[in-house]
Amino acid sequence: MKNNIIIQIITRLLFPFIQLFGFYVIMHGESGPGGGFQGGVILGASVILYVIVFGIDEGRKLISEKTNDILNCTGVLIYGGVGLLCIIAGGKYLEYNILPLGSVHFASHMGMLGIEIGVGVTVSAVMITLFFETARQGK
Amino acid sequence: MKTTYLFVVLITGIALAYGTIDMPNFGDPQAPANHHVAPRYIEKTHEETGVDNMVTSVLASYRGYDTFGETTVIFTAGICVILLLRETRDNKKKNRRKKGVRS
Repeated sequence: MKNNIIIQIITRLLFPFIQLFGFYVIMHGESGPGGGFQGGVILGASVILYVIVFGIDEGRKLISEKTNDILNCTGVLIYGGVGLLCIIAGGKYLEYNILPLGSVHFASHMGMLGIEIGVGVTVSAVMITLFFETARQGK
Repeated sequence: MKTTYLFVVLITGIALAYGTIDMPNFGDPQAPANHHVAPRYIEKTHEETGVDNMVTSVLASYRGYDTFGETTVIFTAGICVILLLRETRDNKKKNRRKKGVRS
């Protein structure tokens, strides 16, 4: 699809909005439909669309192999890290109420947001990995 | 032999279909599944977790450990794909050698 100017322009136009929507779905998980898994998939899909339209080499410029690998692990580490923070703060594993962030409800809210972000990062990075690794085989 | 298989499958199917007669109707408020922990989630989600979305409160707070496992499963899937399919320096050489042998 490298010569199709309409698809390229539309993709360039839509790309930031798809990502914005992905972030919105992740951040809005506590008060509306959505969450880390769904938002992560939307983020991954935006990059997959970009790679389909512009090719694998251009896609690798957007997100390199190394960055992708690091993001893969970062999400799980964020999730586990939030759990460990709860232990350090004196509670049980993943007991967000105990986090010292003012009110109990706010602490719980922030803890959930933290793990949603962790899930989102891992899911989006894994989606991108799956696409890159399987797409390259046909080359 | 095939008749025996058919017989076994039919008997199992009839037994399973008979079992569904005792199941509660879809969406029945008196069903056991709606009596165990569901009322607590509905009544105390906001009080105990501070968020309005019941689904997220169950996913991230009440069943947070389970979700950690799910994330790890996805992460493991990604790592396995990298291990199996990524072209490293070693297997690049190997692939080249194989091609050389063939041609």
